[in-house]
Amino acid sequence: MTASAVAIRRWGARARAYPTGVAAFSLLVALLALVPLFFVAWFSASVGFDEARRLIFRPRVGELLRNTVTLTVATTLLCAVVGTGAAWLVERTSLPGRRLWHVLLAAPLAVPAFVNSFGWVSLTASVQGYAGAVLVVTLSYFPLVYLPVAATLHGLDPALEESAQALGHGPVRTFARVVVPQLRPAMLGGMLLVGLHLLAEFGALQMLRFPTFTTGIYEQYQATFGGPAATMLASVLVLLCLLLLLAELWMRGRHRYARLGSGAARPAARVQLGRYTPLALGSVAGLTALALGVPLGSLLYWLAIGSSTTFPLGELATAALTSVGLGAAGAVVTTLLAIPVAWLAVRHRSRFSTVVERSTYFGHALPGIVVALALVTISIRYAQPIYQTTTLLIVAYAVLFLPLSMVSVQSALVQAPPSLDDAARSLGTGRLGVLRRVTLPLVAPGLGAGAALVFLAVVTELTATLLLAPIGTTTLATQFWSNSDSIAYGAAAPYAALMVGISIPASYLLTRFSKKVTPR
Amino acid sequence: MTELTVQAVTKAYGTVDVLRGIDVSVPSGTLTAILGPSGCGKTTLLRMIAGFDRPDTGEIVIGENTVAGGGQWVPPDRRGVGYVAQEGALFPHLDVAANITFGLPRVERRAGHRVAELLELVGLDAGLARRQPHELSGGQQQRVALARALAPRPAVVLLDEPFSSLDAGLRDETRRAVAEALAAAGSTAILVTHDQAEALSLASQVAVMRSGRLAQIGSPSQLYHTPADAAVASFVGEAMVLPSSVRDGVATCALGELPVNPDCADGAAQVVIRPEQVQLVEPHLGGIRATVAEVRFYGHDAAATLTLANGGQITTRLTSTELPAVGNPVTVRVRGTVPAYPQSTVGAAEPVGIEPSAVG
Repeated sequence: MTASAVAIRRWGARARAYPTGVAAFSLLVALLALVPLFFVAWFSASVGFDEARRLIFRPRVGELLRNTVTLTVATTLLCAVVGTGAAWLVERTSLPGRRLWHVLLAAPLAVPAFVNSFGWVSLTASVQGYAGAVLVVTLSYFPLVYLPVAATLHGLDPALEESAQALGHGPVRTFARVVVPQLRPAMLGGMLLVGLHLLAEFGALQMLRFPTFTTGIYEQYQATFGGPAATMLASVLVLLCLLLLLAELWMRGRHRYARLGSGAARPAARVQLGRYTPLALGSVAGLTALALGVPLGSLLYWLAIGSSTTFPLGELATAALTSVGLGAAGAVVTTLLAIPVAWLAVRHRSRFSTVVERSTYFGHALPGIVVALALVTISIRYAQPIYQTTTLLIVAYAVLFLPLSMVSVQSALVQAPPSLDDAARSLGTGRLGVLRRVTLPLVAPGLGAGAALVFLAVVTELTATLLLAPIGTTTLATQFWSNSDSIAYGAAAPYAALMVGISIPASYLLTRFSKKVTPR
Repeated sequence: MTELTVQAVTKAYGTVDVLRGIDVSVPSGTLTAILGPSGCGKTTLLRMIAGFDRPDTGEIVIGENTVAGGGQWVPPDRRGVGYVAQEGALFPHLDVAANITFGLPRVERRAGHRVAELLELVGLDAGLARRQPHELSGGQQQRVALARALAPRPAVVLLDEPFSSLDAGLRDETRRAVAEALAAAGSTAILVTHDQAEALSLASQVAVMRSGRLAQIGSPSQLYHTPADAAVASFVGEAMVLPSSVRDGVATCALGELPVNPDCADGAAQVVIRPEQVQLVEPHLGGIRATVAEVRFYGHDAAATLTLANGGQITTRLTSTELPAVGNPVTVRVRGTVPAYPQSTVGAAEPVGIEPSAVG
């Protein structure tokens, strides 16, 4: 505390009117975000070397490590190939219906991976195991590579390619020497995101019967209820996640897109597919059918079957209300926590504010199961009254989804630079007037977008909710899970359908909000 | 009558002294330019007049009211000071009309009061009123920002490098429109800039700032023809600084014997010669011999670099119709008196024949 207080004062000297209160609050938010990490580190340290070695160097852990690593590597590479190929077809060729394909290729992100696996597993048990797992999670996560690569291809200044051609390069050499190097940051960034998502994935892999660290931790947790074995597994998993996070930070720091902002002035020339058009159409259509058609079709099928038996309206309504309520509470709390940290990072940049800001990003790399495990253990030992309460669940959501909120809130605050405050003040507006007439109208769309993102994430969150929801509290995700776990596919389908149904208005709001943020 | 007075204002950020005692007074209804290189503290001074920053010591008086210093502090929203930021700072969520009326009382805002009048004042079409800021060009944005600043009829308008983000063609046109609008509104204005041509052509009074101090304040022609020292001379226009020795009001230097300002003490001094003072003459009239090293053609005029017998180089401005050929011998003379500065009081000495910082 003293060191950071000194830091505040030293760095504050340069800025005008340093908001000490905001800084202190931000520090608390950062500490909260770091709780799971501290917990894992402290636990690993306290367990002792011999015990740790006994817990880690077991054949079972070796198997989990091998499974996790091979799955992550294979899926990440496959996502890179599929995502980049699709992006190239949509952005750089004469593929018919490109706008529609763009939406459809991004849409799998809206279907939670565990719903996607449900779609596949409920159709055929043959997808259970390594190959099936690679297939299904690739179909869920390839848009994480597709979207950044497509955006980069879209924004590349065609003048670069034209310059290369003027320097005597043919189309193929131009693509290899000019376009591909510029795609590399987007591709690698997307792949790292896929990796982080895979390390955190629980529901899909459990359903696909492919044991990895997350499913291993869950089993241990159920068997020993937060015993040292589960936490030791969690610390190995956290180590893997941190490696990926470091790689991502390093990537982001090293590479800058050459051209930012409004994108290219002119669209680049497209490759004419000619007689290859049917082949290209066939591949994007096939990809869409596998990634969207199978889960949604299977959901509809089971919905039809399920409704022929019983339709538990009361239970469905309760679960839906709980999900919406938790989503709204999570969205509000997370946004309120993000605002001061983002404010500090945008308006009062210093070493202190950067450290605080970065700390909140760890949630991004921490699997839900690790956060849940940490909060369960800590609350049982030190904060018994909040164990098994909604409060603790909301805290877990905040830790997990603070990064989502931070990104939106920060870009929203950038929309309201201090020069606008100055202009408004000189026109006779007081501090409150500036907040009401300038800052809030500019920032509100971004805050709304951030809140909508968190809402979506909470509604489709499974792992932390399973571990932390108070007894008797059921959400759409947990009800879906318990039904499909007991192979009651027909009974599970309505919960998944409602989950997707609730997500649609929030996604719609999200597109509305992001459109309203006009570039200056 | 004086509208704005800045007196002995100082400001330090940490251990860095940004302003070291600034005194400026701006007569009512005129435009004063504050000219200086980046980092000289000119923007800080402007922000203090606006009330965004507080001076450490000193006083700022607007009209009859002390707004800073002497135990007084008036926040920016009560100062009645118009402010035009470097890139306009238009509110991106409001259209042009709402931006312009932002500073007016609520009733007048509703009525769209004065929008057409102000748009006309800054030379914009009234049809732009419903546009969003991002639909305007940079020059239009700056004019709307000025209209917005003028709308509440401020006592003083502050302009913080308002033209620096515009490209050359637009800059000239916007400058003229802004100057005309300020004159038509009868505004008292302060313009901060690092562009000497801008300061000299727009302002009736120019203050040259250098590392937190005022180096000189005066009319544009005083500044150009009788600069306070060699550094100011070089900053406000292209200048050659030559070593010389002065005796009885005549300096002897590489360009011959030149009359200097009569108050210059005898002894070693530096003389400042503007390129347009150097003239090519017929050899039989007598003068200094030189060789043409380079000719630069600009269209409206031209410049030539000449090599003197002693190896030094000088620059001269020529009409573009009669240009000497490179390599030819020429004879030159210096027209008019030249300012001279005794060696001890000289600022940063410039090498002979330095390239201009900005031509035209």
